[in-house]
Amino acid sequence: MGAGGAGKKSDKVLTCIRCPRGCRITVALGADGEVEALSGNACPRGDSYARAEVAAPVRMVTTTVPADGARDVARVAVKTAREVPKDAVLDVVRALADVRATAPVEIGDVVARDVAGTGVDIVATSRAR
Amino acid sequence: MRRYDVVVVGGGPAGLAAAVAARAGGRRSVAVIERDDALGGILNQCVHNGFGLVTFGEELTGPEYAARFADAAREAGVEVLLGCMALDVSAGPEGPGVSCVSAEHGVERIGAGAVVLAMGCRERPAGALGIPGFRPAGVYTAGCAQRMVNCEGLLPGREVVILGSGDIGLIMARRLTLEGAHVACVAELMPYSSGLKRNVVQCLDDFGIPLLLSHTVTRVEGRRRVEAVEVSRVDGAGRPVPGTGVRYPCDTLLLSVGLLPENELSRAAGVELSPVTRGPVVDDALMTSVPGIFACGNVLHVHDLVDYVSQEAARAGEFAGAWADGARGSGRTVPVAAGAGVRSVVPQRVDVARMPDELVVRLRVDGVYERRSLVARAGGEVVARRRRDILVPGEMEQVTLRREVLLGLGGVDEITIGLEA
Repeated sequence: MGAGGAGKKSDKVLTCIRCPRGCRITVALGADGEVEALSGNACPRGDSYARAEVAAPVRMVTTTVPADGARDVARVAVKTAREVPKDAVLDVVRALADVRATAPVEIGDVVARDVAGTGVDIVATSRAR
Repeated sequence: MRRYDVVVVGGGPAGLAAAVAARAGGRRSVAVIERDDALGGILNQCVHNGFGLVTFGEELTGPEYAARFADAAREAGVEVLLGCMALDVSAGPEGPGVSCVSAEHGVERIGAGAVVLAMGCRERPAGALGIPGFRPAGVYTAGCAQRMVNCEGLLPGREVVILGSGDIGLIMARRLTLEGAHVACVAELMPYSSGLKRNVVQCLDDFGIPLLLSHTVTRVEGRRRVEAVEVSRVDGAGRPVPGTGVRYPCDTLLLSVGLLPENELSRAAGVELSPVTRGPVVDDALMTSVPGIFACGNVLHVHDLVDYVSQEAARAGEFAGAWADGARGSGRTVPVAAGAGVRSVVPQRVDVARMPDELVVRLRVDGVYERRSLVARAGGEVVARRRRDILVPGEMEQVTLRREVLLGLGGVDEITIGLEA
């Protein structure tokens, strides 16, 4: 769900998550995806949130993978080492469908490299012994 | 009989923070009793990120946050009793103690200078809702589904409806979507989400999952397995509006309809419980109505953020340790009451002579309010004021009371915290 296609103006509606108010912010995007106008935010924090969110929305992905040979757990928790583009989230979990970890696993161990062509590694967030 | 200065019941985030604080760098002996085979409590199944922003300045996943506190407890020399179930907490003439059972030691009584209750909370179950229809397989609490997916690697179903917008339900909407299930909608009885806004956006909006406010499940279809649920609109009083029902074919219904502090041990110990928070009534030292028994974390009141659990629990651990050393308050506490627009406050009592220089009172409001001030008054005098642009029941608020200000009044009988213009 990136910015609107080049050459076409469009509006995007976002819910700001900077505070519990949750302003609905309408962002008018120009032909090249640049922000032309912004409305609905109650404070400047909404402005900065909306600009960042339409420019390059990113998310952390967290999931679990099987832990082979572990005595204490069936699975280990994992995350992307840093945020990935929001559009790539489903590709990341699909790519992880066949990934397995082998015990022992320590927090921070790399479980998979360059997942789904994002250039981002998958690291363990729990231990397996 | 084994004996420790402080015994903590529960090895989740609250228990671990309390234990480390009570240990005071090795000055006191401290034991944590945990019924599971691992420390960390419910955080171990919360594999999503967003924990620790306040404590560590970074967004950790649940297992990472838990591991930091578990490691800290072990490094501090806290004795950890795993696979050990507390059966009874009491404060007899010989002082407080905990009876527990484990494979290693059988049933035993552990003596303590002070006990910290940190048992956490439990999900409100299906039976508490009274949804019409059969009781087929496929109805789970959100946390149960979370454990199945994240710890056991099992998918509870493929086509899912979620009732209740509690944070675990929202988190599970995303989690199940990422695991290949389809979440048709999240229905919430109230006109606002009970979960954090961040979770509504990142778990529902990101995946196009509708949040139906002022809606509830009015029928469950299916005899052996859930086949469909009917979701209806509700009126201002929360009653379903006839004729508004929409049928969602599905195989799974998840419930995220509230958390209940797990206070069976507290009740049996004679600890006074608040009907509002459903947790113990505590003073500024987080001590319950039973001398020497303290409480913190979700067993005391349900929190939104684990960071605040850790802060609160560390204070409970400090005070429990001080109690074990022999420190006592002035013996006089005054009530802290919930005023206009405020549903609950913790702590509910304050010993003004003994209280810390700054005491954080945590509270929840009873509805959605814009542009109000949280005002604490003692004998009509304003003793604290905090301006808020927006207040919602789903997000815990806080007001800081200053000892100096209260002492300056020369005698306080009651403190009331309410919303004012």
